[in-house]
Amino acid sequence: MSATASAGFLVGSKRRRWGEWLAARGGIVLLFTALLVFLALPLAMLFVRSVEDKAGATVGLANFAQYLASPGFAFSATHTLIFAALTTAITVPLAFGFAFAIQRTCIPLKPMWRNIALIPILAPSMLAALSFIYLFGNQGALKFVLGWFGLATVYGLPGMVLAMTFASFPHAVMILLAALSLSDARLYEAAASLGTPEWRKFMTITLPGARYGLISATMVVFTMAVSEFGVPKVIGGNYGVLAMDIYKQVIGQQNFNIGAVVGLVLLVPAVVAYAIDQAVRGRQQALLSARSVPYAPRPAAGRDRSALAYVLVVSVVMLVVMGMAAFGSFVRVWPYNLSPTLNHYIYAFEEMGVDRAYRNSLVMAFSCAVLGAAITFAGAYWLEKTRGADALRPLVRVQAMMPMAVPGLVLGIGYILFFNHPDNPLNTLYGTMAILVASTIVHFYSSSHLTALTALKQLDNEFESVSASLKVPFYKTFGRVTVPVCLPTVIDISRYYFVNAMTTISAVVFLYSPKTTLVSISIVKLDEAGAVGSAAAVATLIVATSAAITVASLLAEGWLLRRTQAWRRLAAPA
Amino acid sequence: MSEPGQATPTLTLEGIHKAFGSFVALRSIDLAVLPGELVCFLGPSGCGKTTLLRIVAGLETQTSGRVIQNGRDISRAAPSARDYGIVFQSYALFPNLTIRDNVAYGLVNRRKGRAEIDGRVKELLTLVGLPDTGAKFPSQMSGGQQQRVALARALATSPSLLLLDEPLSALDAKERERLRGEIRALQRRLRVTTIMVTHDQEEALSMADRVVVMNHGVIEQVGTPLEVYVQPTTPFVADFLGKVNVLEAECLGAGRYRVGRIEIATPANGAAAGERVRLYLRPEDRILADTGAVETMPNALKGTVRRIDFLGTYCLARVDVDGFEGQAMTIYLSLNQTHELGVKEGAALPFALRGERVRVFPRSA
Repeated sequence: MSATASAGFLVGSKRRRWGEWLAARGGIVLLFTALLVFLALPLAMLFVRSVEDKAGATVGLANFAQYLASPGFAFSATHTLIFAALTTAITVPLAFGFAFAIQRTCIPLKPMWRNIALIPILAPSMLAALSFIYLFGNQGALKFVLGWFGLATVYGLPGMVLAMTFASFPHAVMILLAALSLSDARLYEAAASLGTPEWRKFMTITLPGARYGLISATMVVFTMAVSEFGVPKVIGGNYGVLAMDIYKQVIGQQNFNIGAVVGLVLLVPAVVAYAIDQAVRGRQQALLSARSVPYAPRPAAGRDRSALAYVLVVSVVMLVVMGMAAFGSFVRVWPYNLSPTLNHYIYAFEEMGVDRAYRNSLVMAFSCAVLGAAITFAGAYWLEKTRGADALRPLVRVQAMMPMAVPGLVLGIGYILFFNHPDNPLNTLYGTMAILVASTIVHFYSSSHLTALTALKQLDNEFESVSASLKVPFYKTFGRVTVPVCLPTVIDISRYYFVNAMTTISAVVFLYSPKTTLVSISIVKLDEAGAVGSAAAVATLIVATSAAITVASLLAEGWLLRRTQAWRRLAAPA
Repeated sequence: MSEPGQATPTLTLEGIHKAFGSFVALRSIDLAVLPGELVCFLGPSGCGKTTLLRIVAGLETQTSGRVIQNGRDISRAAPSARDYGIVFQSYALFPNLTIRDNVAYGLVNRRKGRAEIDGRVKELLTLVGLPDTGAKFPSQMSGGQQQRVALARALATSPSLLLLDEPLSALDAKERERLRGEIRALQRRLRVTTIMVTHDQEEALSMADRVVVMNHGVIEQVGTPLEVYVQPTTPFVADFLGKVNVLEAECLGAGRYRVGRIEIATPANGAAAGERVRLYLRPEDRILADTGAVETMPNALKGTVRRIDFLGTYCLARVDVDGFEGQAMTIYLSLNQTHELGVKEGAALPFALRGERVRVFPRSA
């Protein structure tokens, strides 16, 4: 090609270059606006409404004074802290043992144990609560066990802690698996060459190496428990916690101003835990240098046997808790009449409107899976790989990480206050499926965003530069290279959104309308109506759906990778 | 090579200045790159050479100054509005596309027919010595092969300027040396104006028509490889390229300098009598006894070998020089000279300095 030909090309492509300029900036502006409307402004409304009375007059901190001085607050706050602290104190060591067994011993079937530990992610947290009611409740088969511990009933703190431990276990395990996978074999070799006994290696190398993971897991479990709604609702009895206070204030008494106050109070521990977690995560990464040699455990009969026994016990308990709700949903009257029946399902579907709720949940989960994955991945790409609109970028980054620090209930109230406001032109969204989808995508945005960023950072930074030099607009390279290369990540994000949309309740419990009710909400309603069997049936249905979609998407992913991604399997010649 | 000013430069940089916050990465860079020449930006890491290349590519925007390519001011043009091909250290090949599709990446966009594209891809892959690899994926090729493909991709659209950003740094030593020759031969054949960034002086000296030595965001010297090596104009250049002996000295005027108690004669570098200076002298700028009686030559010295470092085909001898009062020198010896002159630790080594090679710089620098 001659110089004149390329000059002609340059003139002809002026319009397209302008389009590229706009696309790079437009993406950021759009993302910023979306996060502003669906995250920052609703949260800002919490602050506004917390200092107003019902009529909208500014009352300063009167609402805070009123709520914080009420006897209910002292109880709820203490209960919440005790509940969260106990859950954390039990879950984190249990999860550490489990992760240690997988990463640092030579037990067989590691992938299977890992998958079993992650099963609770597929279930709404209420499922565990229902299972523990079946096991230890007033008609529980194992109720006598409570007496050994001097407990009269499983309702209240004991049940809550049990159920919450189950629900938060996989999250702690994932963090600790990652923390324990980072290790430097050279430290162990140095210690061994100095004749260090095993326990001392554990105390001086393993534990310090995993300390940031432990802190991170502690913060995550604590935050989950502090802001948990489903578990206290189902098995909490009279043990009032802050999350229930919000629900009662907003749904029961329609007192949005006090609801906003409780929301802000709930935000405090969540934000503190988030800040600690963030501070710690950065250090974990700095712990290992590029020269570290990964540690591979060697067989040690005694250690491996006890690790296997431990993993086996935990896995069996997990499966029993999981299976209990399913089993209970298929028998007539647990534990007296164990003949099989579909009555609990039929009742839920035909009498309690679960048919509509289930359809709604599927629509919402698929919408979140498709839209959420598209927005999150494209957003992370625009943020990481394009240039321009530099003033907005830090604001988008901060907003993308904010949902991690905001409990779902708090987000939900923010949404009511913001979208239900008569002066808000967007108030037509209130009560629609769109607002459920939006709140769910926002609620689970941070983790997905981080996953997308991690994948994008692994791509060569110069792809966009090379494209520009070849006069190929960046969005063509996005479609032709970036998305195909990151396809597994996009599917992972999509699956994450789907499963969470099926099981979530905290934000949507404030936002559904009779037309847009969801299955997770049906569990609460059925449980309130005393139909525990049907509640268990719906919980089981959610698990089955999540599991089916997970398996289907893994199979589809495998097929897709085999079909379109031959390049992944081809290695360089030796 | 034509003298600057005779041909219209392919690329002209005028007063390029780049600051990142309070950190100044580049200051008042002026440079003209002539058609068909290969220019190397050479300097230690952080000297601004990569930033300068990225400014030429439009991947960074200079704080002030102008970039003119083929008479067109492209100072503010987007990367895609400029005319260049680029090769990065990391190859940046698209992993999910075949070699053919990688090379054709920029051609497809120009609405060329499939047959024409295939023909061009074939031609380019042959050019870089990788015919018949079109169906492979990047991960099936070695680093050197991938870099050749990246080169073919950059050349596919026949840009008037080729930018190479440390193209050989990720390769192992053997591969690097081979590709060095290949790139140079290819560049000569296509006569494509090329700018290469490197921190490897051997690479720069062996490949470039002209070397631009940079340090701390400024150009220290521009010249042919021989010029910058033999006639460095700043202490930094003398120090950065190759090895150099630095001797503290005092100017006695008229091209005479005193090192310790010894007088050295060298064509005057413009220092005034009484001025404290440093003499820069390369280890090979000496005459040994195998060429004649060094004792009678100008600048004859007597040394005692303190240590010998064996480095393959040659040795470096650390020598205490009589009368230098503690200032030792490093002397280059071929392996043969080491044998023939019986150089060993503790032995005497008479030699003479090549006064005409000595560079003189003020001590403050």
